Amino acid sequence: MITEDPKHQDIHEYLAEMEDIPGTRVFTAARARVGYHINQFAMSLMNAENRAKFKADERAYMDEWPLTEDQKQALLARDYNRCLDLGGNVYFLSKLFSTDGIPFAEAVSTMTDMKFPEYREMMMQGGRSPEGVRSIKANEAAAAAKKEDR
Amino acid sequence: MARITAGVASSHVPLLGVASDFNKDRDEYFGPIFAGYDWTRAWEEAEKPDVVVLVYNDHASAFDMKIIPTFAIGCGERYKSADEGWGPRTVPDVEGHPDLAWHMAQSLILDEFDMTIINEMDVDHGLTVPLSMMFGKPDAWPCKVVPLAVNVVTYPPPSGNRCWALGEAVRKAVESFPEDLNVQVWGTGGMSHQLQGPRAGLINKEWDNMFLDGLIGDSDHLRRIPHIEYLRETGSEGIEMVMWLIMRGALGKKTRALHRHYHVPCSNTAIGHLVLRPDNGEGLDMAGSGVTAVAAE
Repeated sequence: MITEDPKHQDIHEYLAEMEDIPGTRVFTAARARVGYHINQFAMSLMNAENRAKFKADERAYMDEWPLTEDQKQALLARDYNRCLDLGGNVYFLSKLFSTDGIPFAEAVSTMTDMKFPEYREMMMQGGRSPEGVRSIKANEAAAAAKKEDR
Repeated sequence: MARITAGVASSHVPLLGVASDFNKDRDEYFGPIFAGYDWTRAWEEAEKPDVVVLVYNDHASAFDMKIIPTFAIGCGERYKSADEGWGPRTVPDVEGHPDLAWHMAQSLILDEFDMTIINEMDVDHGLTVPLSMMFGKPDAWPCKVVPLAVNVVTYPPPSGNRCWALGEAVRKAVESFPEDLNVQVWGTGGMSHQLQGPRAGLINKEWDNMFLDGLIGDSDHLRRIPHIEYLRETGSEGIEMVMWLIMRGALGKKTRALHRHYHVPCSNTAIGHLVLRPDNGEGLDMAGSGVTAVAAE
């Protein structure tokens, strides 16, 4: 368990570290800014009337929001990793999961390389180990060292 | 005078609310999770707290991206259960304690914690699931609640150190309230879980248990864990554990554990639960008060 003096936190180092985790999009200010309308659009689905409108014509409903074409395509395709890349946040996107009537864990599993039954089984077996997925840089360094060994 | 008699930590996975509301809480999947709270339910019946200061985070329910308060305190009379996209939970309304909450808000601001004050809001699973876990399914919640909402969604959330210090200020605020109240502080959320991206499903039992260990006793090393450590070791949503440090900070220098429970999985998440007593000569019952008596009834 690493501990350090919080007074020594440099903002640039902090933000760089946030991008160093494999398979993870930390919801930083940069993402929050790009994704503002994705998240507010998703938020609007908390209202039953809006859900009905969206379901009747997804494209037309989204056209009422200042979303980029990329964002609309990602949402239409339910490509949640792409939504995260375009600034979506999972708690907001979860309004779309419930509009679609799928369990949270199932929607989450679509972001991994597993099908839902396989993902659920992994969770039953204790979940995904942090081993090997802590740091992109550390993984690259380990791979480089291995290459040199050969 | 009001006094803090205990701290409770608990995960607040929304699926637990569903399990409770649809009577699945004793089935094969949820049974082992809820069983770990049986002790606490009996203990709470004996403890009869007047007020719970409930530290939690909103999950895009009361707050959207328009306004993002880092620390917010609910000073309202009552709060309804939020509609999170599948209709509100059928749980009782949450009754606030505006006198204590306003007193705390003033005291915290004078103590240099610039709180956002909320008079009206709905509360989501982050707040209502812990109530269900600790109190079951009563017609009305047996205590009043002061909601303390923390931003752990948009980065950066407050540091662990700041959370701990807020807890210390909460203690000072509660103890300067003139009415004689039995107050508990609950820290909720966590433990390890990641709900997004290819790394979703991450769980770290070893780290979670080190964190539980660290809340017990007189060490304050947990306050110096940087965000990146939570992210790498416990998944992107494991950061919720900083909210437990507000609870821990409110218990003073030393704590003793009365009850502990850990279970994997609940949906995508590791469940952690801990009941702590402040142990600084307050003269509180360390055996778990009338639990045995209640259990025997």
